[in-house]
Amino acid sequence: MSAVLAAPRSDRLPRWMQPDVGRISVHLALLAYTALALFPIALVLINSIKSRAAIFEDPLALPSAESLSFIGYQKVFAASHFASYFANSLAVTLGALALILLFGSMAAWGLSEYEFRGRRWLSLFLALGIMIPIRLGTVSILELVVRLDLINTRSALVLVYTAQGLPLAVMILSEFMRQLPGELKDAARCDGVSEFRIFFEVVLPLLRPAIATVAVFTMVPAWNDLWFPLILAPSDETKTVTLGVQQFIGQYVTDWNSVLAALSLAVLPMLVVYGLFSRQLIRGLTSGAVK
Amino acid sequence: MRLADRMARPAVLAAFLAPAVLIYGLFSALPLVDTLRLGFYQSDDAGVRSLAGLANFASILGDPAWSEAFWRALRNNLQFFAIHMLVQNPIGLALAALLSLRGLRGAATYRTLIFLPTLLSVVIIGFIWQLILSPLWGVGEQLMGRVGLAEHFAPWLGQEETALTTLSLVSVWQYVGIPMMLIYAALLAVPEEVLEAAHAEGAGPWRVFWSIRVPLILPTLGLVTILTFVANFNAFDLVYAVKGALAGPNYSTDLLGTLFYRTFFGYQAQVGSPEMGAAVATLMFLLILLGVGAYFFAVQRRLTRYQL
Repeated sequence: MSAVLAAPRSDRLPRWMQPDVGRISVHLALLAYTALALFPIALVLINSIKSRAAIFEDPLALPSAESLSFIGYQKVFAASHFASYFANSLAVTLGALALILLFGSMAAWGLSEYEFRGRRWLSLFLALGIMIPIRLGTVSILELVVRLDLINTRSALVLVYTAQGLPLAVMILSEFMRQLPGELKDAARCDGVSEFRIFFEVVLPLLRPAIATVAVFTMVPAWNDLWFPLILAPSDETKTVTLGVQQFIGQYVTDWNSVLAALSLAVLPMLVVYGLFSRQLIRGLTSGAVK
Repeated sequence: MRLADRMARPAVLAAFLAPAVLIYGLFSALPLVDTLRLGFYQSDDAGVRSLAGLANFASILGDPAWSEAFWRALRNNLQFFAIHMLVQNPIGLALAALLSLRGLRGAATYRTLIFLPTLLSVVIIGFIWQLILSPLWGVGEQLMGRVGLAEHFAPWLGQEETALTTLSLVSVWQYVGIPMMLIYAALLAVPEEVLEAAHAEGAGPWRVFWSIRVPLILPTLGLVTILTFVANFNAFDLVYAVKGALAGPNYSTDLLGTLFYRTFFGYQAQVGSPEMGAAVATLMFLLILLGVGAYFFAVQRRLTRYQL
Protein backbone atom coordinates (compact mmCIF):
# COMPACT_ATOMS: atom_id res chain seq x y z
CA MET A 1 0.00 0.00 0.00
CA SER A 2 2.87 2.34 0.73
CA ALA A 3 3.87 2.37 -2.88
CA VAL A 4 0.38 3.44 -3.89
CA LEU A 5 0.80 6.91 -2.56
CA ALA A 6 4.49 6.98 -3.29
CA ALA A 7 3.62 7.24 -6.97
CA PRO A 8 -0.10 7.87 -7.22
CA ARG A 9 -1.61 6.42 -10.34
CA SER A 10 -5.25 6.19 -9.53
CA ASP A 11 -6.11 4.52 -12.84
CA ARG A 12 -4.33 1.39 -11.68
CA LEU A 13 -5.66 1.15 -8.14
CA PRO A 14 -8.51 -1.06 -7.07
CA ARG A 15 -11.56 1.08 -6.40
CA TRP A 16 -11.46 0.89 -2.58
CA MET A 17 -7.94 2.19 -2.60
CA GLN A 18 -8.66 5.28 -4.65
CA PRO A 19 -6.58 8.07 -3.14
CA ASP A 20 -9.20 9.64 -0.89
CA VAL A 21 -10.52 6.48 0.66
CA GLY A 22 -6.98 5.15 0.95
CA ARG A 23 -5.68 8.28 2.58
CA ILE A 24 -8.55 8.46 5.03
CA SER A 25 -8.15 4.87 6.09
CA VAL A 26 -4.42 5.39 6.55
CA HIS A 27 -5.15 8.29 8.87
CA LEU A 28 -7.80 6.31 10.71
CA ALA A 29 -5.37 3.47 11.31
CA LEU A 30 -2.63 5.79 12.52
CA LEU A 31 -5.03 7.77 14.70
CA ALA A 32 -6.33 4.59 16.27
CA TYR A 33 -2.84 3.40 17.07
CA THR A 34 -1.81 6.80 18.42
CA ALA A 35 -4.84 6.74 20.72
CA LEU A 36 -3.86 3.26 21.91
CA ALA A 37 -0.34 4.49 22.62
CA LEU A 38 -1.40 7.59 24.53
CA PHE A 39 -4.58 6.51 26.31
CA PRO A 40 -2.99 4.62 29.23
CA ILE A 41 -0.63 7.47 30.01
CA ALA A 42 -3.36 10.10 29.75
CA LEU A 43 -5.62 8.00 31.97
CA VAL A 44 -3.04 7.93 34.75
CA LEU A 45 -2.27 11.64 34.50
CA ILE A 46 -5.96 12.59 34.54
CA ASN A 47 -6.86 10.41 37.50
CA SER A 48 -3.83 11.48 39.50
CA ILE A 49 -5.51 14.84 40.13
CA LYS A 50 -8.90 13.43 41.17
CA SER A 51 -10.32 12.51 44.53
CA ARG A 52 -10.44 8.84 45.48
CA ALA A 53 -14.18 8.67 45.00
CA ALA A 54 -13.98 10.22 41.54
CA ILE A 55 -11.19 7.87 40.48
CA PHE A 56 -13.50 4.91 41.00
CA GLU A 57 -16.81 6.51 40.08
CA ASP A 58 -15.84 7.53 36.56
CA PRO A 59 -12.22 6.85 35.66
CA LEU A 60 -12.69 8.22 32.16
CA ALA A 61 -14.01 11.61 33.26
CA LEU A 62 -11.86 14.71 33.40
CA PRO A 63 -11.47 16.24 36.86
CA SER A 64 -14.25 18.68 37.71
CA ALA A 65 -14.25 21.46 40.29
CA GLU A 66 -15.48 19.05 43.00
CA SER A 67 -13.39 16.06 42.06
CA LEU A 68 -10.11 17.93 41.64
CA SER A 69 -7.67 16.82 44.32
CA PHE A 70 -3.92 16.83 44.79
CA ILE A 71 -3.96 14.60 47.85
CA GLY A 72 -1.94 11.92 46.06
CA TYR A 73 0.90 14.31 45.29
CA GLN A 74 0.89 15.62 48.86
CA LYS A 75 1.16 12.06 50.17
CA VAL A 76 3.97 11.14 47.80
CA PHE A 77 6.04 14.14 48.82
CA ALA A 78 5.28 13.56 52.49
CA ALA A 79 6.04 9.83 52.49
CA SER A 80 9.03 9.63 50.15
CA HIS A 81 12.08 11.67 49.23
CA PHE A 82 10.89 12.02 45.69
CA ALA A 83 12.87 15.20 45.00
CA SER A 84 16.06 13.47 46.10
CA TYR A 85 15.31 10.38 43.95
CA PHE A 86 14.88 12.73 41.05
CA ALA A 87 18.17 14.49 41.79
CA ASN A 88 19.89 11.09 42.02
CA SER A 89 18.55 10.00 38.63
CA LEU A 90 19.65 13.28 37.13
CA ALA A 91 23.13 13.11 38.67
CA VAL A 92 23.63 9.49 37.58
CA THR A 93 22.45 9.90 33.99
CA LEU A 94 24.18 13.23 33.39
CA GLY A 95 27.37 11.97 35.02
CA ALA A 96 27.38 8.89 32.82
CA LEU A 97 26.56 10.95 29.73
CA ALA A 98 29.46 13.35 30.41
CA LEU A 99 31.94 10.49 30.85
CA ILE A 100 30.60 8.65 27.81
CA LEU A 101 30.86 11.73 25.62
CA LEU A 102 34.38 12.63 26.75
CA PHE A 103 35.94 9.16 26.90
CA GLY A 104 33.87 7.84 24.03
CA SER A 105 34.92 10.58 21.64
CA MET A 106 38.56 10.25 22.74
CA ALA A 107 38.48 6.53 22.02
CA ALA A 108 36.60 7.04 18.76
CA TRP A 109 39.26 9.52 17.70
CA GLY A 110 42.03 7.11 18.64
CA LEU A 111 40.40 4.30 16.70
CA SER A 112 39.44 6.25 13.59
CA GLU A 113 42.39 8.64 13.27
CA TYR A 114 45.42 6.44 13.89
CA GLU A 115 46.55 3.22 12.31
CA PHE A 116 48.10 0.80 14.79
CA ARG A 117 48.54 -2.87 15.42
CA GLY A 118 45.57 -4.45 17.18
CA ARG A 119 43.17 -1.71 16.09
CA ARG A 120 40.66 -4.17 14.67
CA TRP A 121 40.80 -6.32 17.76
CA LEU A 122 40.27 -3.35 20.01
CA SER A 123 37.29 -2.25 17.89
CA LEU A 124 35.84 -5.74 18.08
CA PHE A 125 36.43 -5.87 21.85
CA LEU A 126 34.47 -2.66 22.27
CA ALA A 127 31.79 -3.69 19.75
CA LEU A 128 31.00 -6.83 21.76
CA GLY A 129 29.57 -4.58 24.45
CA ILE A 130 26.88 -3.38 22.03
CA MET A 131 25.31 -6.81 21.73
CA ILE A 132 26.10 -8.48 25.04
CA PRO A 133 24.05 -7.11 27.93
CA ILE A 134 26.18 -5.85 30.81
CA ARG A 135 23.66 -7.37 33.20
CA LEU A 136 25.06 -10.83 32.62
CA GLY A 137 28.19 -9.78 34.52
CA THR A 138 26.22 -8.58 37.55
CA VAL A 139 27.57 -11.19 39.97
CA SER A 140 31.12 -9.95 39.47
CA ILE A 141 30.13 -6.30 39.14
CA LEU A 142 28.58 -6.49 42.59
CA GLU A 143 31.73 -8.10 44.04
CA LEU A 144 33.87 -5.45 42.37
CA VAL A 145 31.71 -2.60 43.63
CA VAL A 146 31.83 -4.04 47.15
CA ARG A 147 35.62 -4.38 46.95
CA LEU A 148 35.97 -0.78 45.76
CA ASP A 149 33.74 0.27 48.64
CA LEU A 150 31.33 1.90 46.21
CA ILE A 151 28.20 0.05 47.27
CA ASN A 152 25.24 2.39 47.74
CA THR A 153 26.94 5.23 45.91
CA ARG A 154 25.86 7.05 42.81
CA SER A 155 29.43 6.71 41.50
CA ALA A 156 28.92 2.96 41.14
CA LEU A 157 25.91 3.58 38.92
CA VAL A 158 27.74 6.24 36.90
CA LEU A 159 30.63 3.85 36.25
CA VAL A 160 28.37 0.95 35.27
CA TYR A 161 26.23 3.06 32.95
CA THR A 162 29.36 4.56 31.42
CA ALA A 163 30.69 1.08 30.74
CA GLN A 164 27.29 0.12 29.34
CA GLY A 165 27.02 3.14 27.04
CA LEU A 166 30.61 3.43 25.79
CA PRO A 167 30.59 0.71 23.10
CA LEU A 168 27.67 2.14 21.14
CA ALA A 169 28.89 5.70 21.68
CA VAL A 170 32.32 4.84 20.30
CA MET A 171 30.69 3.27 17.24
CA ILE A 172 28.40 6.24 16.58
CA LEU A 173 31.16 8.79 17.17
CA SER A 174 33.73 6.95 15.00
CA GLU A 175 31.20 6.86 12.19
CA PHE A 176 30.66 10.57 12.65
CA MET A 177 34.37 11.43 12.81
CA ARG A 178 35.07 9.65 9.55
CA GLN A 179 32.75 12.14 7.87
CA LEU A 180 34.59 15.20 9.22
CA PRO A 181 36.65 17.03 6.59
CA GLY A 182 40.35 16.15 6.83
CA GLU A 183 41.63 19.61 5.88
CA LEU A 184 41.03 21.10 9.31
CA LYS A 185 43.20 18.54 11.04
CA ASP A 186 45.88 18.66 8.37
CA ALA A 187 46.10 22.44 8.51
CA ALA A 188 46.50 22.31 12.27
CA ARG A 189 49.09 19.55 12.02
CA CYS A 190 51.20 21.56 9.54
CA ASP A 191 51.22 24.37 12.06
CA GLY A 192 52.70 21.96 14.57
CA VAL A 193 49.69 21.94 16.89
CA SER A 194 49.75 18.96 19.27
CA GLU A 195 47.39 16.06 18.74
CA PHE A 196 45.63 16.79 22.03
CA ARG A 197 44.92 20.38 21.06
CA ILE A 198 43.68 19.26 17.66
CA PHE A 199 41.27 16.91 19.35
CA PHE A 200 40.04 19.18 22.11
CA GLU A 201 39.98 22.45 20.18
CA VAL A 202 39.22 21.42 16.61
CA VAL A 203 37.45 18.05 16.65
CA LEU A 204 35.47 18.05 19.89
CA PRO A 205 33.44 21.19 19.09
CA LEU A 206 32.51 19.66 15.72
CA LEU A 207 30.89 16.67 17.42
CA ARG A 208 27.90 18.61 18.66
CA PRO A 209 25.41 17.15 16.15
CA ALA A 210 26.30 13.62 17.26
CA ILE A 211 25.68 14.40 20.92
CA ALA A 212 21.90 14.07 20.64
CA THR A 213 22.23 10.59 19.18
CA VAL A 214 24.64 9.46 21.86
CA ALA A 215 22.49 11.03 24.56
CA VAL A 216 19.35 9.15 23.45
CA PHE A 217 21.09 5.81 23.46
CA THR A 218 22.82 6.28 26.80
CA MET A 219 20.53 8.40 28.96
CA VAL A 220 17.19 6.73 28.32
CA PRO A 221 18.29 3.21 29.33
CA ALA A 222 20.18 4.57 32.35
CA TRP A 223 17.27 6.71 33.54
CA ASN A 224 14.79 3.85 33.19
CA ASP A 225 16.93 1.06 34.60
CA LEU A 226 15.69 -0.82 37.64
CA TRP A 227 18.28 -3.61 37.82
CA PHE A 228 21.46 -1.80 38.86
CA PRO A 229 19.89 0.69 41.28
CA LEU A 230 18.16 -2.28 42.93
CA ILE A 231 21.41 -4.22 43.27
CA LEU A 232 24.13 -1.60 43.61
CA ALA A 233 22.47 1.41 45.23
CA PRO A 234 19.16 0.63 46.93
CA SER A 235 19.70 2.91 49.95
CA ASP A 236 17.25 5.74 50.43
CA GLU A 237 19.98 8.35 49.84
CA THR A 238 21.03 6.91 46.47
CA LYS A 239 17.73 5.63 45.09
CA THR A 240 16.84 6.68 41.56
CA VAL A 241 13.33 7.65 40.45
CA THR A 242 12.67 4.30 38.80
CA LEU A 243 13.58 2.33 41.91
CA GLY A 244 11.99 4.88 44.24
CA VAL A 245 8.67 4.72 42.42
CA GLN A 246 8.81 0.93 42.22
CA GLN A 247 9.31 0.61 45.98
CA PHE A 248 6.89 3.37 46.87
CA ILE A 249 4.13 1.74 44.87
CA GLY A 250 4.97 -1.64 46.37
CA GLN A 251 4.29 -0.13 49.80
CA TYR A 252 1.22 1.90 48.97
CA VAL A 253 -0.55 -0.44 46.52
CA THR A 254 -3.94 0.18 48.03
CA ASP A 255 -3.64 3.95 48.12
CA TRP A 256 -4.76 4.77 44.60
CA ASN A 257 -4.22 8.51 44.89
CA SER A 258 -0.61 8.02 45.89
CA VAL A 259 0.07 5.35 43.28
CA LEU A 260 -1.33 7.46 40.46
CA ALA A 261 0.53 10.54 41.67
CA ALA A 262 3.82 8.64 41.94
CA LEU A 263 3.40 7.27 38.42
CA SER A 264 2.57 10.73 37.09
CA LEU A 265 5.61 12.22 38.81
CA ALA A 266 7.79 9.65 37.08
CA VAL A 267 6.16 10.28 33.69
CA LEU A 268 5.90 14.07 33.70
CA PRO A 269 9.61 14.97 33.55
CA MET A 270 10.03 12.59 30.63
CA LEU A 271 7.06 14.19 28.86
CA VAL A 272 8.58 17.64 29.31
CA VAL A 273 11.99 16.54 28.05
CA TYR A 274 10.41 14.70 25.13
CA GLY A 275 8.26 17.70 24.28
CA LEU A 276 11.35 19.89 24.14
CA PHE A 277 13.71 17.54 22.36
CA SER A 278 11.59 15.03 20.46
CA ARG A 279 12.78 16.34 17.11
CA GLN A 280 16.49 15.94 17.90
CA LEU A 281 15.77 12.71 19.70
CA ILE A 282 14.04 11.09 16.75
CA ARG A 283 16.54 12.42 14.28
CA GLY A 284 19.30 10.94 16.41
CA LEU A 285 17.49 7.65 16.58
CA THR A 286 16.85 7.32 12.87
CA SER A 287 20.31 8.52 11.86
CA GLY A 288 21.80 5.91 14.16
CA ALA A 289 19.56 3.34 12.53
CA VAL A 290 20.41 4.05 8.92
CA LYS A 291 24.12 4.23 9.64
CA MET B 1 58.57 16.56 12.57
CA ARG B 2 57.77 13.23 11.04
CA LEU B 3 60.07 11.36 13.40
CA ALA B 4 58.89 13.21 16.48
CA ASP B 5 55.34 12.54 15.40
CA ARG B 6 55.92 8.83 15.15
CA MET B 7 57.67 8.61 18.48
CA ALA B 8 54.98 10.52 20.27
CA ARG B 9 52.33 8.28 18.85
CA PRO B 10 52.10 5.31 21.23
CA ALA B 11 51.81 7.59 24.24
CA VAL B 12 49.30 9.87 22.53
CA LEU B 13 47.31 6.92 21.33
CA ALA B 14 47.28 5.33 24.77
CA ALA B 15 46.11 8.57 26.34
CA PHE B 16 43.16 8.73 23.95
CA LEU B 17 42.15 5.10 24.31
CA ALA B 18 42.93 4.38 27.95
CA PRO B 19 39.98 5.93 29.80
CA ALA B 20 37.31 4.25 27.68
CA VAL B 21 39.08 0.89 27.54
CA LEU B 22 39.71 0.99 31.28
CA ILE B 23 36.13 1.74 32.37
CA TYR B 24 34.59 -0.59 29.81
CA GLY B 25 37.10 -3.31 30.62
CA LEU B 26 36.80 -3.00 34.38
CA PHE B 27 33.03 -2.64 34.67
CA SER B 28 31.76 -4.59 31.67
CA ALA B 29 34.18 -6.97 29.95
CA LEU B 30 36.08 -8.30 32.96
CA PRO B 31 33.00 -8.86 35.12
CA LEU B 32 31.43 -10.79 32.26
CA VAL B 33 34.48 -13.04 31.89
CA ASP B 34 34.71 -13.37 35.67
CA THR B 35 31.03 -14.32 35.87
CA LEU B 36 31.58 -17.01 33.25
CA ARG B 37 34.47 -18.27 35.41
CA LEU B 38 32.47 -18.18 38.66
CA GLY B 39 29.88 -20.51 37.18
CA PHE B 40 32.43 -23.31 37.51
CA TYR B 41 32.92 -22.75 41.25
CA GLN B 42 31.09 -23.56 44.44
CA SER B 43 31.47 -22.04 47.87
CA ASP B 44 31.08 -23.70 51.28
CA ASP B 45 29.37 -22.21 54.30
CA ALA B 46 32.49 -20.26 55.23
CA GLY B 47 32.44 -18.63 51.80
CA VAL B 48 35.58 -20.39 50.55
CA ARG B 49 35.38 -21.00 46.81
CA SER B 50 36.52 -24.20 45.17
CA LEU B 51 36.46 -25.43 41.62
CA ALA B 52 33.37 -27.52 40.94
CA GLY B 53 33.68 -28.23 37.24
CA LEU B 54 30.35 -28.54 35.54
CA ALA B 55 28.43 -29.37 38.72
CA ASN B 56 26.43 -26.13 38.77
CA PHE B 57 25.39 -26.57 35.16
CA ALA B 58 24.53 -30.21 35.72
CA SER B 59 22.23 -29.14 38.58
CA ILE B 60 20.54 -26.39 36.62
CA LEU B 61 19.96 -28.53 33.57
CA GLY B 62 19.33 -31.91 35.19
CA ASP B 63 18.57 -31.78 38.93
CA PRO B 64 14.78 -31.49 39.25
CA ALA B 65 15.12 -29.04 42.18
CA TRP B 66 16.74 -26.55 39.77
CA SER B 67 16.04 -27.73 36.26
CA GLU B 68 12.27 -27.44 36.50
CA ALA B 69 12.58 -23.72 37.13
CA PHE B 70 15.20 -23.28 34.43
CA TRP B 71 13.33 -25.04 31.65
CA ARG B 72 10.11 -23.27 32.62
CA ALA B 73 11.84 -19.89 32.51
CA LEU B 74 13.36 -20.78 29.15
CA ARG B 75 9.99 -21.88 27.75
CA ASN B 76 8.37 -18.72 29.06
CA ASN B 77 11.16 -16.65 27.58
CA LEU B 78 10.70 -18.31 24.19
CA GLN B 79 6.99 -17.54 24.36
CA PHE B 80 7.79 -13.95 25.37
CA PHE B 81 10.08 -13.66 22.34
CA ALA B 82 7.61 -15.36 19.98
CA ILE B 83 4.86 -12.90 20.94
CA HIS B 84 7.20 -9.97 20.26
CA MET B 85 8.12 -11.42 16.88
CA LEU B 86 4.52 -12.18 15.91
CA VAL B 87 2.89 -9.02 17.23
CA GLN B 88 5.39 -6.25 17.92
CA ASN B 89 7.49 -6.47 14.77
CA PRO B 90 4.63 -6.88 12.26
CA ILE B 91 2.81 -3.92 13.83
CA GLY B 92 6.07 -1.98 13.73
CA LEU B 93 6.47 -2.84 10.05
CA ALA B 94 2.87 -1.87 9.27
CA LEU B 95 3.16 1.46 11.08
CA ALA B 96 6.47 2.20 9.37
CA ALA B 97 4.96 1.37 5.98
CA LEU B 98 2.04 3.74 6.62
CA LEU B 99 4.28 6.49 7.95
CA SER B 100 6.59 6.31 4.96
CA LEU B 101 3.79 6.95 2.47
CA ARG B 102 4.84 9.89 0.40
CA GLY B 103 2.96 13.09 1.12
CA LEU B 104 1.32 11.77 4.29
CA ARG B 105 0.30 14.71 6.42
CA GLY B 106 1.24 14.68 10.07
CA ALA B 107 3.68 11.78 9.73
CA ALA B 108 6.12 13.43 12.11
CA THR B 109 3.41 13.94 14.74
CA TYR B 110 2.17 10.34 14.56
CA ARG B 111 5.74 9.10 14.77
CA THR B 112 6.51 11.25 17.79
CA LEU B 113 3.37 10.28 19.69
CA ILE B 114 3.53 6.56 18.93
CA PHE B 115 7.16 6.47 20.04
CA LEU B 116 6.41 8.10 23.40
CA PRO B 117 5.76 4.95 25.52
CA THR B 118 9.11 3.50 24.45
CA LEU B 119 10.93 6.22 26.35
CA LEU B 120 9.21 5.59 29.65
CA SER B 121 10.51 3.16 32.22
CA VAL B 122 9.26 -0.42 31.91
CA VAL B 123 8.47 -0.21 35.60
CA ILE B 124 6.08 2.70 35.09
CA ILE B 125 4.47 1.07 32.06
CA GLY B 126 4.01 -2.17 33.97
CA PHE B 127 2.23 -0.41 36.83
CA ILE B 128 0.05 1.63 34.49
CA TRP B 129 -1.23 -1.50 32.76
CA GLN B 130 -1.64 -3.25 36.07
CA LEU B 131 -4.02 -0.49 37.09
CA ILE B 132 -5.90 -0.54 33.80
CA LEU B 133 -6.33 -4.30 33.87
CA SER B 134 -7.21 -4.36 37.54
CA PRO B 135 -10.76 -5.61 38.17
CA LEU B 136 -10.80 -3.31 41.21
CA TRP B 137 -10.65 -0.18 39.14
CA GLY B 138 -12.68 -1.53 36.29
CA VAL B 139 -11.41 0.72 33.51
CA GLY B 140 -10.64 -2.22 31.26
CA GLU B 141 -14.05 -3.72 31.83
CA GLN B 142 -15.79 -0.38 31.32
CA LEU B 143 -13.98 0.16 28.01
CA MET B 144 -14.81 -3.30 26.78
CA GLY B 145 -18.40 -2.69 27.81
CA ARG B 146 -18.59 0.20 25.39
CA VAL B 147 -18.09 -2.23 22.52
CA GLY B 148 -20.29 -4.86 24.11
CA LEU B 149 -17.52 -7.16 25.29
CA ALA B 150 -17.77 -6.55 29.03
CA GLU B 151 -18.41 -10.21 29.88
CA HIS B 152 -15.18 -11.23 28.14
CA PHE B 153 -13.11 -9.20 30.58
CA ALA B 154 -11.00 -11.22 32.98
CA PRO B 155 -8.19 -10.40 35.40
CA TRP B 156 -5.67 -11.52 32.79
CA LEU B 157 -2.59 -10.50 34.77
CA GLY B 158 -3.68 -12.60 37.71
CA GLN B 159 -4.52 -15.84 35.92
CA GLU B 160 -1.87 -18.45 35.45
CA GLU B 161 -2.87 -19.24 31.85
CA THR B 162 -2.97 -15.64 30.63
CA ALA B 163 -0.46 -13.69 32.78
CA LEU B 164 2.59 -14.26 30.58
CA THR B 165 0.80 -13.44 27.33
CA THR B 166 -0.66 -10.31 28.91
CA LEU B 167 2.74 -9.15 30.15
CA SER B 168 4.23 -9.86 26.73
CA LEU B 169 1.56 -7.72 25.09
CA VAL B 170 2.23 -4.89 27.56
CA SER B 171 5.88 -5.07 26.56
CA VAL B 172 4.88 -5.14 22.87
CA TRP B 173 2.70 -2.08 23.43
CA GLN B 174 5.63 -0.22 24.96
CA TYR B 175 8.38 -1.19 22.52
CA VAL B 176 6.58 -1.17 19.17
CA GLY B 177 8.21 2.22 18.59
CA ILE B 178 11.66 0.71 18.15
CA PRO B 179 10.95 -1.57 15.16
CA MET B 180 8.71 1.17 13.77
CA MET B 181 11.52 3.72 13.89
CA LEU B 182 14.25 1.42 12.55
CA ILE B 183 12.10 0.12 9.69
CA TYR B 184 10.80 3.60 8.91
CA ALA B 185 14.36 4.91 8.54
CA ALA B 186 15.24 1.95 6.31
CA LEU B 187 12.15 2.42 4.12
CA LEU B 188 13.01 6.06 3.56
CA ALA B 189 16.47 5.00 2.43
CA VAL B 190 15.11 2.80 -0.39
CA PRO B 191 16.00 4.71 -3.56
CA GLU B 192 13.02 6.24 -5.34
CA GLU B 193 14.25 5.18 -8.80
CA VAL B 194 13.97 1.52 -7.91
CA LEU B 195 10.33 1.94 -6.93
CA GLU B 196 9.55 3.97 -10.02
CA ALA B 197 11.22 1.44 -12.24
CA ALA B 198 9.05 -1.29 -10.72
CA HIS B 199 5.93 0.78 -11.35
CA ALA B 200 6.97 1.34 -14.92
CA GLU B 201 7.35 -2.41 -15.31
CA GLY B 202 3.74 -2.75 -14.21
CA ALA B 203 4.18 -4.02 -10.64
CA GLY B 204 1.18 -3.36 -8.39
CA PRO B 205 1.51 -1.64 -5.01
CA TRP B 206 1.49 -4.87 -2.95
CA ARG B 207 3.98 -6.43 -5.28
CA VAL B 208 6.27 -3.40 -4.97
CA PHE B 209 6.06 -3.54 -1.18
CA TRP B 210 6.65 -7.26 -0.76
CA SER B 211 9.03 -7.88 -3.66
CA ILE B 212 11.07 -4.70 -3.59
CA ARG B 213 10.86 -2.73 -0.37
CA VAL B 214 10.79 -5.65 2.04
CA PRO B 215 13.77 -7.47 0.45
CA LEU B 216 15.70 -4.21 0.44
CA ILE B 217 15.09 -3.65 4.13
CA LEU B 218 15.86 -7.26 5.09
CA PRO B 219 19.08 -6.24 6.88
CA THR B 220 17.00 -3.93 9.07
CA LEU B 221 14.43 -6.66 9.73
CA GLY B 222 17.35 -8.85 10.75
CA LEU B 223 18.63 -6.15 13.06
CA VAL B 224 15.16 -5.74 14.59
CA THR B 225 14.99 -9.49 15.15
CA ILE B 226 18.32 -9.68 16.94
CA LEU B 227 17.65 -6.57 19.04
CA THR B 228 14.30 -8.07 20.07
CA PHE B 229 16.00 -11.36 20.86
CA VAL B 230 18.72 -9.84 23.04
CA ALA B 231 16.29 -7.53 24.84
CA ASN B 232 13.77 -10.33 25.46
CA PHE B 233 16.28 -12.82 26.81
CA ASN B 234 17.64 -10.15 29.11
CA ALA B 235 14.25 -8.85 30.29
CA PHE B 236 13.65 -8.48 34.01
CA ASP B 237 12.18 -5.12 34.99
CA LEU B 238 8.63 -5.63 33.74
CA VAL B 239 8.06 -8.97 35.46
CA TYR B 240 9.80 -7.80 38.64
CA ALA B 241 7.73 -4.60 38.80
CA VAL B 242 4.36 -6.21 38.10
CA LYS B 243 4.80 -9.67 39.61
CA GLY B 244 7.78 -9.39 41.95
CA ALA B 245 10.82 -11.68 42.08
CA LEU B 246 8.57 -14.74 42.38
CA ALA B 247 7.08 -14.08 38.93
CA GLY B 248 3.64 -15.34 39.87
CA PRO B 249 1.06 -16.65 39.69
CA ASN B 250 2.86 -19.90 40.38
CA TYR B 251 5.99 -18.84 38.39
CA SER B 252 3.94 -18.58 35.21
CA THR B 253 5.65 -15.31 34.25
CA ASP B 254 9.17 -16.36 35.24
CA LEU B 255 11.78 -15.35 32.65
CA LEU B 256 15.49 -16.11 32.65
CA GLY B 257 16.14 -12.60 34.02
CA THR B 258 13.95 -13.11 37.09
CA LEU B 259 15.30 -16.63 37.57
CA PHE B 260 18.84 -15.20 37.49
CA TYR B 261 17.89 -12.61 40.10
CA ARG B 262 16.31 -15.18 42.43
CA THR B 263 19.15 -17.63 42.04
CA PHE B 264 21.71 -14.93 42.79
CA PHE B 265 19.97 -13.19 45.70
CA GLY B 266 17.74 -15.92 47.03
CA TYR B 267 14.11 -15.57 48.01
CA GLN B 268 11.96 -16.83 50.84
CA ALA B 269 13.45 -20.11 52.07
CA GLN B 270 16.08 -20.49 49.37
CA VAL B 271 19.48 -18.94 50.02
CA GLY B 272 21.04 -17.01 47.17
CA SER B 273 24.23 -18.25 45.57
CA PRO B 274 26.57 -16.08 43.48
CA GLU B 275 28.03 -19.17 41.82
CA MET B 276 24.67 -20.62 40.82
CA GLY B 277 23.62 -17.15 39.71
CA ALA B 278 26.77 -16.93 37.61
CA ALA B 279 25.95 -20.31 36.07
CA VAL B 280 22.47 -19.09 35.09
CA ALA B 281 24.05 -15.92 33.65
CA THR B 282 26.49 -18.10 31.69
CA LEU B 283 23.62 -20.06 30.15
CA MET B 284 21.88 -16.80 29.26
CA PHE B 285 25.16 -15.60 27.74
CA LEU B 286 25.41 -18.74 25.60
CA LEU B 287 21.83 -18.31 24.40
CA ILE B 288 22.40 -14.68 23.46
CA LEU B 289 25.69 -15.58 21.80
CA LEU B 290 23.88 -18.24 19.78
CA GLY B 291 21.33 -15.68 18.63
CA VAL B 292 23.91 -13.03 17.79
CA GLY B 293 26.05 -15.62 15.97
CA ALA B 294 23.07 -16.79 13.91
CA TYR B 295 22.27 -13.17 13.10
CA PHE B 296 25.74 -12.38 11.82
CA PHE B 297 25.80 -15.60 9.81
CA ALA B 298 22.41 -14.79 8.22
CA VAL B 299 23.23 -11.14 7.64
CA GLN B 300 26.49 -11.93 5.89
CA ARG B 301 24.59 -14.03 3.38
CA ARG B 302 21.57 -11.79 2.95
CA LEU B 303 23.61 -8.63 2.55
CA THR B 304 25.57 -10.02 -0.36
CA ARG B 305 22.38 -11.28 -1.97
CA TYR B 306 20.45 -8.06 -1.86
CA GLN B 307 23.07 -5.38 -1.91
CA LEU B 308 22.31 -2.68 -4.45
